[in-house]
Amino acid sequence: MNSLRKGMIDGLPIGLGYLAVSFSFGIMGTNAGLAIWQTVLISMTNLTSAGQFAGLNIMAAAGSYVEMIVSQLVINSRYSLMSVSLSQSVDKSFSTKIRILFGQFVTDEIYAVASSRGEEIGRRYFFGLCSLPYIGWSLGTLLGAVSGDILPASISTALNVALYGMFIAIVIPPMKKALSVTVVVIISVALSIFLYFQPFFEISSGISVIICAIVSSVVGAIFFPIKDEASDENGEAPGYNNETSALKDEASDDNGGAPAKDTSVSKLNDKEVHHG
Amino acid sequence: MGNEFFIYLAVMTLSTYLVRTIPFVAFSRKIKSRFIRSLLTYVPYAVLSAMTVPAIFFSTDSLISATAGFVTALILSLCGRSLITVAFFSCLSVFVIGLFC
Repeated sequence: MNSLRKGMIDGLPIGLGYLAVSFSFGIMGTNAGLAIWQTVLISMTNLTSAGQFAGLNIMAAAGSYVEMIVSQLVINSRYSLMSVSLSQSVDKSFSTKIRILFGQFVTDEIYAVASSRGEEIGRRYFFGLCSLPYIGWSLGTLLGAVSGDILPASISTALNVALYGMFIAIVIPPMKKALSVTVVVIISVALSIFLYFQPFFEISSGISVIICAIVSSVVGAIFFPIKDEASDENGEAPGYNNETSALKDEASDDNGGAPAKDTSVSKLNDKEVHHG
Repeated sequence: MGNEFFIYLAVMTLSTYLVRTIPFVAFSRKIKSRFIRSLLTYVPYAVLSAMTVPAIFFSTDSLISATAGFVTALILSLCGRSLITVAFFSCLSVFVIGLFC
């Protein structure tokens, strides 16, 4: 299949989820006293969820620019981690110019879907993947800003879990395939719960995500290192694909073939024997 | 809000953009370190699970409906359903449970 089209198909559920989430941002924007076009413009330029909600509050309260910068950096700092991760999975079609153009499209969901593919990410695929989420995010904001609270609360509440549901659908399949992913996820979740409920210090959700991700991934990297094949390549690095595909090829194939699972698991076992 | 809006917007957009794009451009070469590459392999799943739990449980009106959404998503994912199916039925179960609680 055409990679642009493949990307668009993978982006469709994200776009639909965004339509729902940005709807509430649209409502909030006009409630905060912004014009419809201003609210939509924020969505079209920023493409973040938590960051935009925080930014909107600062605008409405006429906060300082420093406050704006700090809040955006703190809330959105997790994107840096995702960008580093994504930078290693894109193919050669991602020149510096393309990276500068596409940088703003690194959202939680686009990153999640792109990086859970088994293969290197091409420019055309990525463009396709970003297109519907971008439209969904902008359009949903517009609809929310124009129509206000027309959705019954029971429906808009239900839509809140859409993106979380998607995250779960991305994380569970590789957990079934590889013990290493299961361990990493359990550590990450446990730490996340701890940070959420601990009474000792205030912590933003953005920072919390970074702490959880780094701690659990470090544990994963120490105890379950991936196979080392690419270190002597001249930049082509097919090894990166091969080894990660053991963990990453779950996203698109639904009830994935049993043989694939067996090989990925044995691959991981091999690793432990060799290097453990 | 006139000019002020555009300054806020510019400040907000630029900080968001730089946070995303600087690392994307800076790490354009393949990282050789096996440790870092292993770490980055696990980052997506670690990030997503930390974002989901416990936040999902407080994303709806009641803990009960949120839990219903969570459990639905979990079961369907274990059965290997696609992203959109999982998301849809997760929302549906929140909606249905929300009618009763």
